[in-house]
Parts: sequence; C-alpha cells; structure tokens
Amino acid sequence: MLDDFFIRALIAGIGVAIVTGPLGCFVVWRRLSYFGDTLAHSALLGVTLAYSMEFNIAFSVFIISSLIALTLIQLQKRTNLPGDALLGLLAHSSLAVGLVVIGFLSFIRFDIMGLLFGDILAVTVDDLLIIWIGGALILLILKLIWKPLFASTVNYELAEAEGLNPDRAKAIFTILMAAIIAISIKMVGLLLITGMLIIPAAMARNISSSPQKMVIYSIIGGLLSVILGLFSSLEFNTASGPSIIAASLFLFILSLLNIKQSIKLKN
Amino acid sequence: MSSDQNILVKLNKAGFSLNNKWLVRGVSLQVEKGKIVTLIGPNGSGKSTTAKIALGIYKKIDGSVEKYTNKVGYVPQKISIDWTLPLRVNDFMVLTESLDKETIDEALSLTGVIHLKDKNLGDLSGGEFQRVLLARAISKKPELLVLDEPVQGVDFTGEIALYELIKKISDELNCGILLISHDLHTVMSATDHVVCLNGHVCCSGSPMDVAKNNEYKALFGEQASQILSRYEHRHDHIHTSEGEIKKN
Repeated sequence: MLDDFFIRALIAGIGVAIVTGPLGCFVVWRRLSYFGDTLAHSALLGVTLAYSMEFNIAFSVFIISSLIALTLIQLQKRTNLPGDALLGLLAHSSLAVGLVVIGFLSFIRFDIMGLLFGDILAVTVDDLLIIWIGGALILLILKLIWKPLFASTVNYELAEAEGLNPDRAKAIFTILMAAIIAISIKMVGLLLITGMLIIPAAMARNISSSPQKMVIYSIIGGLLSVILGLFSSLEFNTASGPSIIAASLFLFILSLLNIKQSIKLKN
Repeated sequence: MSSDQNILVKLNKAGFSLNNKWLVRGVSLQVEKGKIVTLIGPNGSGKSTTAKIALGIYKKIDGSVEKYTNKVGYVPQKISIDWTLPLRVNDFMVLTESLDKETIDEALSLTGVIHLKDKNLGDLSGGEFQRVLLARAISKKPELLVLDEPVQGVDFTGEIALYELIKKISDELNCGILLISHDLHTVMSATDHVVCLNGHVCCSGSPMDVAKNNEYKALFGEQASQILSRYEHRHDHIHTSEGEIKKN
C-alpha cells in the first residue's frame, strides 16, 4: 500500500506539473532558462531566511525571488553589463549569501540535500494547500495575461503597436516565475526547478505543431515525469527531484525518436 | 475644423534619438480616416522610426503624438520570429485579437494565401510571409493601418495586386493608412498625402506638389520627379487598347 507521505508527494507533484507545463513553454519560448536558474538559486536565501525567522518557506522564497527579479530589471536599466553576466552575478551571489547564512544557523538542523534536490518526505498538508491554491492563482493570472505575453513573445513591436501592453505582461510573468519556484521548491529542490520547467516543454516542442498543443503536451509530460519519478524515488530510495527530472529526460529522449520518424516521413 | 474628428493619429514636431543621435526629428503629420499618407525618403531617413513613433512603440520621444484609436494594424518592415515557437499561420492571425474563422479566411483569401493557413510560419517564403503579415493586419478591421514596406519580397504581379488591395481596404473600411514604400510609381497613384523624409520632413503635400519640390528633386533626382508628373498626367485621360484617348 502507498504511504500517506507518498500520496501527499504525488498530489503535490501533480499540482506542480500542471503549473510548470505552461510556464515552462514560455521559459523555452522567451529563452529564460538561465533567468529561471537565477531565481531558483536565490531561493536558497529565501529558505534560510524562512528558517531563521520561522516564516513560511514558500512565502519567503517568493518574496526573495521577486526581489531578485526586480533587482535584475533595475540593473539591466542602470548598467551596461550584458544580461547573462548580470544573471550570473545575481545567481551566484544570492546562492553564496544563502550558504553563508546557513553557516550562521548552525543551531538549526538543516537538510541541505533535501533543499537542493527535493524531499518527498517533507511535503506537508500545508504545502499541498500552498501548491494547489498558489498554482491555481498562477494559472489564472497566466490565462489573463496570455494574449499580450504570447503576442510579445512572438514579436514585441507588434504587441506594443497594437495596444497589448507587453511590458506589463512581462513584469507579471516575472512574478509568476518567482511564484512557481516558491511553490515547487520542496518537491523538486532548488537546483532542479528549472529542469522541471524546461525539459517537459522541450519534449513538447519536439512533438507539437501549435502553441496550444505544446502547452498541453508539456503538462502531460510533466505529469508523467512526476508520477514516474516519484514511484522510482520510492522504489530505489532516491531523492525526488533528480528522479523526476531523470524521468522527464527519458520522455524527452522518446520525443526525439518521434522527430526522426517525422523527418523520415518528409523525405 | 470638422475634419478634426477624422484624425486618427497626429505627430507634433515628433523626434526620436538613440545613443545621442537623432534618427528623425521635427516630424509633424496626421493620418485621417479614409486617407493614405505615404512616407518616402532614402535609406536611414527615419521612415520606420516615424512609423514607430506614430504607433507608440518608441516612448521617450521629442514633441508629441496624439493617437485617437486603439484599433491598429501594423505590418513591420523587419520581423524576427523565434522558431522555438511552433506557430502556424492560423495561430499568427489571432495573435493580437481573437477572430472567427470566416474573418481569418476572408483576409487570407484577399492576400492570396488561404492555402497556407495550416502551414508552419517558419516554412513560408519571404513573399508568402509578407502576404500573411498584411492579411493579419487587415483582418482585425483596424481604424489605422501602418504598413512599413508591406510588399517587400512579393512578386511583381502580386505587388500591384496588393497595392490595389490596400487602396480598396482604405476605401471599404474607411481606415487611415500610414504607408512606407520605395516604389514611387505604385505608391503615388493611391496616395492622398506624401511626406518626404530625410532625417526631418524635407517636403510634404499632394504627390504632385512633392514631385515639383526642389528638395525632393535633389533627394531623388530629376527622374523620380518625372515619374510623379507622368503619373499625374495619366490621371486626366485613359489610353484605351484601341489607341484612343479617353477623357476621364
């Protein structure tokens, strides 16, 4: 029989996958994978602050990641440094500061492996509420900004010229990125969250012909990855994050086979 | 003035600079309902920049822009679409506004690319893509159309047909059009107002006025001036296929 903790993890994982599916598509389309990484790295700082102030982890991560995102936008405006250098600066400095703060918190028992790679044992009923309510909010907001966000992803000037306000959509999307990282950190771990966003979406890109299909396949891919990953995590006693990501890699490789077939068909 | 209600967009001494260099400055023009305003000028004279100022893409501008409509269709000169997106023509048509199937089909038929509806945008040729861009811009029945070299890369017969279509759309929808083109022949025939740019407005007026203008001649050469005069000449009579001359 399945244990309670495992069922909780499964429900949590399914919630996460439904949200990372569409967001991951935008991460791939807008080339934001390193941006996602930066936010995820900064999440460690959020976690340590949550521990030291006995604050909810998801809220704390959300606030810190949002702050990092806003800092990035300001730095982009005020310096001449290229975007990737700024991302690297923020990612590694926030990770470093996070680790230093952990050093000071020696009085607290800290499962750093669980933090980095996810821990299904750690998922509580409260976490489930945060994932499902937070996830529903993220999807609702994404649906509201879908048109301007998607149009400006295709072409910024068209969206701007035809009155869709793409800058606002982009700012809101940045906040949504911080939010998804905050709610999925316990499941996947902060080193692998970007993988959860990108790999199912990349898999979906290989087999889809329209943006809507890509979103749907990305969600399905994420769900399968979570289910496969969590069961193998239980079976082989491996960390949940790496198991889920490895499962999604497996699906991605399968989708490559599909490409080969379609190329053969074309010729 | 009663025509004030017809103004869709109005630029007052508008200018835009990038890295301390003026791309264009001191441009005043207005586009009214049912009128076609054409921007002409050499490369780098600020035509596209002026269009982007009018559209509100550039925000930190000198002077001012008054825009009286939000129903805008835009065909940009350059468009870079990221092929990480699986995007079919049909998806592209509803990019900025949801449209029903009939409207989409009608617009694609008008520009002659209905057969490409389910094709991936990345698989289109330059001319085909240009037709799709134009179809998308007109499908939403805009009040203001901004067309930045809308027929680039389109074959010769297609070019003429598309310019005729643009003229027809302007009449049917009673929309204002801000057009940028290099093709003096075709453009002048349908244009109500010409603005000749060279970093600033060097002259403007009806096609005939502009053609006579000395600055225009200096910019485009005597020959270009003759193109316009010849066109104007063609306006008052028609040469029939039998060789007769018929008064209009």
